[in-house]
Amino acid sequence: MQVLIPTPLRSYTNEQRLVEADGATLAEMLMDLERRYPGIRFRMINEQDRMRPHIRFFVNRDQVFDLAHALRPGDEIFIVQALSGG
Amino acid sequence: MIRTARKKVTRTAARPKARVLVLVGTRKGAWLYHGDPARRTWRVDGPHFLGHIVNHVMLDPRDGRTLLAAAKTGHLGPTVFRSTDMGRHWKEAARPPAFPKVVEGAPSKPRGRVVDHTFWLTPGHPSEADVWYAGTAPQGLFRSEDGGVTWAPLASVNEDPRYREWMGSEQDGTPDGPKLHSILIDPRDPSHLYFAMSSGGVHESRDGGQTWATLIKGMQVVEGFDPAVLTFHDPHCVRLCPSNPDRLYQQNHCGIYRLDRPGDEWERVGRKMPKRVGDVGFPMVVHPRDADRLWVFPMDGTSVWPRTSPDGLPAVYTSRNGGKTWQRLADGLPQQQAWWTVKRQAMTADAQDPVGIYFGTTSGELWTSRDEGHRWGRIAQHLPEIYAVEAATLVE
Repeated sequence: MQVLIPTPLRSYTNEQRLVEADGATLAEMLMDLERRYPGIRFRMINEQDRMRPHIRFFVNRDQVFDLAHALRPGDEIFIVQALSGG
Repeated sequence: MIRTARKKVTRTAARPKARVLVLVGTRKGAWLYHGDPARRTWRVDGPHFLGHIVNHVMLDPRDGRTLLAAAKTGHLGPTVFRSTDMGRHWKEAARPPAFPKVVEGAPSKPRGRVVDHTFWLTPGHPSEADVWYAGTAPQGLFRSEDGGVTWAPLASVNEDPRYREWMGSEQDGTPDGPKLHSILIDPRDPSHLYFAMSSGGVHESRDGGQTWATLIKGMQVVEGFDPAVLTFHDPHCVRLCPSNPDRLYQQNHCGIYRLDRPGDEWERVGRKMPKRVGDVGFPMVVHPRDADRLWVFPMDGTSVWPRTSPDGLPAVYTSRNGGKTWQRLADGLPQQQAWWTVKRQAMTADAQDPVGIYFGTTSGELWTSRDEGHRWGRIAQHLPEIYAVEAATLVE
């Protein structure tokens, strides 16, 4: 499946905006991203396996809050940074 | 006469040239300032990590070329970057400081903690190449044995129930999270360590961090609170004197202190500061070769604690006799309407003779004195809020 990478994380993906990753759940997809682009997962998911406060995940344009959310081949995943303040 | 002059020239040419590198961490990136041998002009190298919150940048004095930077952004998790070529290239730590994963819902275990940011970096003892220590917010102590590539938590602090209690909650301590800082290593003994917590007091280990003892006797807390409770102790910055490792100085939320080991009772030497200035502040700077000499940057700790220069008149204060008497040093600093705050990591000294002093302000100005504080000049302005300033010596 294709994953849209936000600009703050493109230093991990050789500046690629769209990358491929696999997994039956959002958590598995993120582990696969980590295998392909070491270091990227910890910037989004903390050591207690929780989403960091300003990172948002969208699957087929619906926001998802559960890392166990099931994925299907062909799903379109957007990773978004929700930054606020100056 | 000519012969004498030739000898002088020869001697000067044979002596390695020392240059000072000033490393600045800010709320929006890091900057490196390379000084000329006289410390009169500075070449800027930066920004590095523009947009990243950089809490600390340190040069490894053991090899003179490895840099570590503690960084995060507003939305991305914390990490440590490493460079082995003076900042031309940076590589992220493979395993940045992180607390152990706790199985959620396990009845006997507290909720797992999350590192918000790495706050403090300390290179290890000269005999322990590649060892580094890191302090985090919320309070955690971490150690690397591979030059900062991978970091392991010290359970003797991070998981000890007493320490967890002393750390308080994440609402305690400084506004952007309670911090573990001031990780100090005895230059005579790599297993003799100190660290401090805001909040949580000062602690000492003599076995390389396996066990710890508290070191708070004589330290005061805010009026009305019990000084026997570690959580109420708020050391802002603790320094060990390189020329006499048995002497420590501390800038605390409640004053300036000195401790001479093997004694274990801090003495509030800040009581000798002028009453109208007080002895509240964040940084503490010690002389590289004279344990009686120190510098502080007083802050306004009255009423609602503005934590700015008292009366809008910034000044460094120094003592030449271990805190018995103090002198004001403000020549060259603004004489009116300068409401600065200097954070605990944002003031330091180099190792030159005379010693250079450096500090950065929350308003993004970097100041220096080449003569131990007598005369001040500005290196940079218009930087983002400055969090950390370190000075390293480079020998050519």
